[in-house]
Amino acid sequence: MGGKINFRGRSIISINNLSKEEIIYILETAKKIEAMPFKKKSELLKGKVMASLFFEPSTRTRLSFNSAMTRLGGRVIGFSDPMTSSFAKGETLYDTIKMVENYVDVIAIRHPIEGAARLASEATEKPVVNGGDGANQHPTQTLLDLYTIKKAQGKISGLKIAMCGDLKYGRTVHSLAIALSHFNCRLYFISPESLKMPAYYLAELSKRGVMFSEHEKIEEVIDEVDIFYSTRIQKERFPDHAEYEKVKDVYILTKEMLNKVKKNMRIMHPLPRVNEITLSVDSTPHAYYFQQSANGIPVRQAVLSLVLGALK
Amino acid sequence: MRYSQDRDRQDKEDRPYKVFKIKEGVVIDHIPAGKALHVVRVLGLSKNLGDSIITLGMNLESKKIGKKDVVKIENKELTKEELNKIALIAPNASVNMIKNEHVSEKLNIMIPARLENIIICPNPNCITRNYDMKTKFTTISRDPLKIRCNYCERIFDRDDVELK
Repeated sequence: MGGKINFRGRSIISINNLSKEEIIYILETAKKIEAMPFKKKSELLKGKVMASLFFEPSTRTRLSFNSAMTRLGGRVIGFSDPMTSSFAKGETLYDTIKMVENYVDVIAIRHPIEGAARLASEATEKPVVNGGDGANQHPTQTLLDLYTIKKAQGKISGLKIAMCGDLKYGRTVHSLAIALSHFNCRLYFISPESLKMPAYYLAELSKRGVMFSEHEKIEEVIDEVDIFYSTRIQKERFPDHAEYEKVKDVYILTKEMLNKVKKNMRIMHPLPRVNEITLSVDSTPHAYYFQQSANGIPVRQAVLSLVLGALK
Repeated sequence: MRYSQDRDRQDKEDRPYKVFKIKEGVVIDHIPAGKALHVVRVLGLSKNLGDSIITLGMNLESKKIGKKDVVKIENKELTKEELNKIALIAPNASVNMIKNEHVSEKLNIMIPARLENIIICPNPNCITRNYDMKTKFTTISRDPLKIRCNYCERIFDRDDVELK
């Protein structure tokens, strides 16, 4: 495997640009890195420098990228507050990237504007990894979700997967649903009427031959599924706060709801959670969201090692 | 009677060519009424005209589509690729190449696979709306029209299309 797959120098901007084989290849590389002896791992990216350009705050993603890089022996430079950078002086994103590319080997970028990571990748020959561009893409999140599903269930193909919460604005579920279309999964979408999966995504899934159904209650599907993917209803995405108040407490997963679920059912959540999953669920064997967030490290390490050519 | 009707029809059909007949160039007929200026814009004919002559006919009678616009272009080289952009505004327009006052070729226009710097991304949070830069779209379906912004990756349809 991997004869034709070569990530060296390549930017990772969107899950839509990755084929099934490439996705599997990244997941296998993540597994290989997890199993690697400490000494070898800690020198894998020795001498390499990553720019960590966070144009909007995101503690989780930033720390995960930075930790992934430093634990492989690489170094990180960058900023986490655009107000302290030259960006605040009116420098364009293009110029910022042109300047930064001289200092580093790879660039991780997060930006509130959709398409910013693509523009960054056009400004430089160095590989750019998208750490989230507005409501558009966050490919390493999708990859770590897939990696988590595989780890939890031993496979991805043929699983029954429910996604619950804000399916309208939630970029995580959009990307994950499209990525899962490679793996012949049965999908269940649970949301209030006002936060349903956008018609375009449903049409795209149908076109790809994905079996799915839409639901309004968690109870309708939770006993059937292998993975229950909960998401936060994001206040900041609502143009109308009254609308947010109406739906914010609709889906709360409690321990009592897990009485009849499959023994191996696992609950995922991209975090941070507000109240979607009660604390009582954390102690059940079904809770898997903290493992999920830990998986961000090997997956981002795989991406960085591949685009830097340290692993093939 | 019959003869007169036929001639009447013939006159109407020929009118775009007769009223302001051109010798060499392109005649774009059957443009939906009111869209002629959009066609001029999409072809980039609103500036740097040089020696070329653009003639517009707007709101003419048409048997085929009720009311129509016509655009004629003389002394200007336009590639088929450029003419294909017309399909964004007037997918059913007739595009005729004229040589020696006669139609030398009828073009079947088709929306190009890639649209560079022709339209504005309708998504206000797209990077192309926040920086001075070119837009790029990929055509994913022609009928019905679906195009994807290469930057924000959103999909849009014909109603969303607005020219740059």
